[in-house]
Amino acid sequence: MKVEQISIFLENKPGTLESATRTLRDANINIRALSLADTSDFGVLRLIVNDVEKAKQVLKDAGFTVGRTNVVAVEVPDRPGGLHSILEALSRENINVEYMYAFVERSGENAIIIFRFNMTDKAIEALQKKGFKVLPGEKVYSL
Amino acid sequence: MIYNEEFETLPREALDSLQLKRLQQVVQRVYHTVGFYRRAFDEKGVKPEDVRSLDDLKRLPFTTKQDLRENYPYGMFAVPMSSVVRVHVSSGTTGRSTVVGYTKRDIDHWSELMARSFVMAGLTKNDIVHNAYGYGLFTGGLGAHYGAEKLGASVIPMSGGNTKRQIMILQDFGPTAICCTPSYALYLAEHGEEMGVDMKSLKLRVGILGAEPWSEKMRQEIETKLSITALDIYGLSEVMGPGVSMECQEGRHGLHIYEDHFIAEIINPDTGEVLPYGETGELVFTTLTKEAFPLIRYRTRDVTRLMREPCKCGRTHVRMDRVMGRSDDMLIIRGVNVYPSQVESVLVGIEGLEPHYRLVVDREENLDTLEVQVELSESIFESGEIRALQGLEKKIKKDIKDYLGVSARVKLVEPKTLQRFEGKSKRVIDKRTI
Repeated sequence: MKVEQISIFLENKPGTLESATRTLRDANINIRALSLADTSDFGVLRLIVNDVEKAKQVLKDAGFTVGRTNVVAVEVPDRPGGLHSILEALSRENINVEYMYAFVERSGENAIIIFRFNMTDKAIEALQKKGFKVLPGEKVYSL
Repeated sequence: MIYNEEFETLPREALDSLQLKRLQQVVQRVYHTVGFYRRAFDEKGVKPEDVRSLDDLKRLPFTTKQDLRENYPYGMFAVPMSSVVRVHVSSGTTGRSTVVGYTKRDIDHWSELMARSFVMAGLTKNDIVHNAYGYGLFTGGLGAHYGAEKLGASVIPMSGGNTKRQIMILQDFGPTAICCTPSYALYLAEHGEEMGVDMKSLKLRVGILGAEPWSEKMRQEIETKLSITALDIYGLSEVMGPGVSMECQEGRHGLHIYEDHFIAEIINPDTGEVLPYGETGELVFTTLTKEAFPLIRYRTRDVTRLMREPCKCGRTHVRMDRVMGRSDDMLIIRGVNVYPSQVESVLVGIEGLEPHYRLVVDREENLDTLEVQVELSESIFESGEIRALQGLEKKIKKDIKDYLGVSARVKLVEPKTLQRFEGKSKRVIDKRTI
């Protein structure tokens, strides 16, 4: 039930982000979700793409430093308190959210939130027990 | 005024014979007490007795920084530790730096030479000296301190850092002289202005500035902004500390080397050949009176020239020009000596880095900055966590501070993006204009 996310190390200078997206475009890779984290000196671009293996390969070939991480995609009811109910379930189990980012499904009915937890398996278990919809990787890649 | 008129104005002939007598003594002493020198003399096939004239100096072996490192910590000492009353280090604060030692008499001589330097700058016992050289292992702070006390002046043992407090003390305590690096003098001037202090109306009238190269242009700037006379002082820990040579206020052209205590030569750094007076090359010192840490023909790597013309101040000692550069890759950052190889040895000890780096040195608001750019290795980024990278940056910063004694900015860069070099690499970009 995990989703593979790739992370790209980006130096903080003009053109690096563009060069990463160009590499993906040239390889015909589609970005499903993304988040850009930045510090004063560098940024890390986190991506969910339709073809993880290929994306990783072309980025590496282009000279990027690429990491991969397991994250969890959870469908959130698009109504007030939707996200809160998820976090409640997690904090009760003492699970820590390291970072998260959201995107809205094409149909627009549900939001999908990508989470990075300190304990991935335990988090999936806790969420499923509470009836939240955890999306498998294949589903997310092809959204 | 001249502090030690007899020795500072010795006629050339008398100075030469004094130097020869002292040289012969020190050569005997090092040959019989320092293993390194016995081996070096034997290898060159010279005996202490071979030194019959000052011209014979060039037959003696050189001493290099590397020799000092290899004999770390006490291998070059010529007296037992029971006779050593103090040690200092040069270049960096730990690791393979160089340890130098002083006997009671060495400290007395050093204090006198610093006192001579202060008098050369026009100070008397009525002056108040704001000493902003760092106290501690660095020779600057204590060297200037002892010299000012020897002269009988009042010392404010300020040490470095804490600029706001320095400015407050400059206003309240009314020092008439300041000792610090030239760039720090400018930094103080500008910071004071920003704080709304009229830095020109302070009681300061003279600056004894050193520990880094500077220019005539910087001198003018300092003199205008602080309304003082700014004079250049030179020294290095290996040879003694500050006070090896000093610029006189009368001449303001070249620094008098205290020739009753040191012999200076200028050599071609590539061949080791001694160059005639006036030519530019690497400065080499032989210490004549030091007991604990005598040095024969120590290669300073500082590039300058010697001037023999008489000086209007009346001192007969030879003058050296401002240091124009280095014949090696040493950098001086905020007065601290830094070798790129030291940075490299810190970096190779840290996991997650490639052995490719670049150092960018600059000056912002008159303070030197060091940026260390280093390539990230793929392994550290496997998890894609920012925290791992930030931890890495922190570790590099801390290790550089711990081992080299300077604060650096760290910039992680993508693998394979720094230029690769064949043969001698140019890993340093020095953007400073002084």
